[in-house]
Amino acid sequence: MKVLRWMAGMVLAAALAWTPLAVSAQTIQLNGAGATFPYPLYSLWFEVYRSVSPDVQVNYQAIGSGGGIRQVLAGTVDFGGTDAPLSDEQLASASVPILHIPTVIGSIAVVYNLPGVGTGLKLTPEVLSAIYLGEITQWDDARLKALNPDLRLPSLPIAVVRRSDGSGTTNIFTTYLSAVSPQWAERVGSGTSVSWPVGLGGQGNAGVAGLVRQIPGAIGYVEIAYALQNQMTYAALQNQAGNFVLPSLEATSLAANAPVPEDLRVSIVNTPDPHGYPIAGFTWLLVAQEQPDPVKGKALVEMLWWALHEGQALAPELDYAPLPPNVVALAEAMIASITHQGQPLLER
Amino acid sequence: MNQPLHHPTRVVNRGDRLFRGILRLFGLVVLAIALLILVELWEVARPSVERFGLRFLIETQWDPVREQFGALPFVYGTLVSSLIAILLAVPLGLGVAFFLSEMAPRWLREPVSFLVELLAAIPSVVYGLWGLFVLVPIIRSLELAILRTGLSRVPLFSGAPYGIGMLSAGVVLAIMIVPTVAAVSREVFRAVPDSQREAALALGATRWEAMKVVFDYGRPGIVGAVVLAWGRALGETMAVNMVIGNQPIISASLFSPAHTMASVIASEFNEAVEPMHVAALAEIGLALLGLTLLLSALARLLVLRVERRSRGRQAAQGVTSP
Repeated sequence: MKVLRWMAGMVLAAALAWTPLAVSAQTIQLNGAGATFPYPLYSLWFEVYRSVSPDVQVNYQAIGSGGGIRQVLAGTVDFGGTDAPLSDEQLASASVPILHIPTVIGSIAVVYNLPGVGTGLKLTPEVLSAIYLGEITQWDDARLKALNPDLRLPSLPIAVVRRSDGSGTTNIFTTYLSAVSPQWAERVGSGTSVSWPVGLGGQGNAGVAGLVRQIPGAIGYVEIAYALQNQMTYAALQNQAGNFVLPSLEATSLAANAPVPEDLRVSIVNTPDPHGYPIAGFTWLLVAQEQPDPVKGKALVEMLWWALHEGQALAPELDYAPLPPNVVALAEAMIASITHQGQPLLER
Repeated sequence: MNQPLHHPTRVVNRGDRLFRGILRLFGLVVLAIALLILVELWEVARPSVERFGLRFLIETQWDPVREQFGALPFVYGTLVSSLIAILLAVPLGLGVAFFLSEMAPRWLREPVSFLVELLAAIPSVVYGLWGLFVLVPIIRSLELAILRTGLSRVPLFSGAPYGIGMLSAGVVLAIMIVPTVAAVSREVFRAVPDSQREAALALGATRWEAMKVVFDYGRPGIVGAVVLAWGRALGETMAVNMVIGNQPIISASLFSPAHTMASVIASEFNEAVEPMHVAALAEIGLALLGLTLLLSALARLLVLRVERRSRGRQAAQGVTSP
């Protein structure tokens, strides 16, 4: 149903885009580009936003986080989208200060294909990283059995599956493994593409999901939306507090319930919250703090404000977790700091 | 009132001159585009070329986190997967072409040619999906069967039976290039004059022997068809990406996952953030361009040699025949 509704929305969007009446002379165009991970939500947002603010048209091209960062630094777009925060060098190379405004939280499910085993296989960070390091190679390994005494784990080799394309999903997943396993941090590290010790590469979330569904004994990681829509089985991960948590939207929102820095340029993996899911991350919009054009700048801050408030209600519909109140408050302060010639653009 | 006739080659009216100018411009545009691609690739790739030099082509490590880039596994994967494809597709494609031009009854010829050409029009992502969901399970059960026979001790057949890997990529590529081989070599066979066939048959040749004559006559064209198909296999991206497993390793096994040059560029370029990563990917693009150029040059040489030899033989036959 959800997919159908979404498709209907896209068709409507396409139809509207073809209607010459929809574009009047006063229309303000905001152009953005970047991350593919939040793209389904952004296209819904910007379509709904046209009924909120009819004279503003927001275009978003899902060209990938890397492209989004490059375009923002080059100043060719009004805002960028990224799943990985800018590095200090990249921030320093920008001609104007760049703000990271979080929009939603995504979580990554560890999915598997084990005949006879449903959702809820228990995994600790140590076991998960050992599997991805190639140290645990059989499903009936003693460490897996000790964690799951009630399950009958088959004697199958573990087929490790990961993304072959560079992706924000991989960045969050490898950041998590680096945070929980010193060995992983030393041998592999984190990034949108890494040098994997073992594993088959699938193209995109769909490719990983496809491989895991096909190969008995496979384990992989995908955005939670893919796990739910494909009815895949996924693991309960042990978080810092020691609880085994499934990647529900609530548990994902709680991941950001932690002391976060004011610029929100932070990874929220391995959350200290006792009920938070440990593999989660913000996705951000990148915006220049000093806007060159007052009219566009004003439209941009209004849109951002809307996304942080009304927009959040639309997120769960597409399996994204809304931001918790502490993060919204920090993001509000950031939007209020956006200026044109030193004058704040937000009127509240 | 006798108007002197213009010599045809000296007609230089304004329309002709304009037309020639336009054509020349078109020719130059093609050249300029090729040159711009080269210059742009070189510019983007320069940091990587300067840092790694020739080591880039022989190193096997590809680690974007530590910025260690070596392209050998990708070059290997590209060459081996395309060779598998050529080995499978050339006999099949030639067979189809020969059947269509020499043996098929007319009512069958048109529909079959149409179907073969239709194969060429299918988008590569569709081949990839088909490969992933239909071919890979078949290859996986084949691999399982081989595993049971104990042949897996042979390095060529070793490794876990994922289904995904070099063999699947080679087979998908083979299916994709069969139409190219078939369509081009059919035209080559058709261009063989009937006098050749008639002469062979008149001398008492069997059907098989007459076929060899036709084949011999068309050899330069067939080499061209193979090279064209190979070029397509080298550059194919999406379909390979979906079934090869995308792991940059060099393994003797047909069942092992591998990676190709086109596939790694498509996979990693979008999300490549660090400038050195982008540069290394661009250098792979440069290397792929170089490989394709090398192949075309080789093909040219081969065609020339084959042509010269068959011309020589025809001349020799001309002398000895009474």
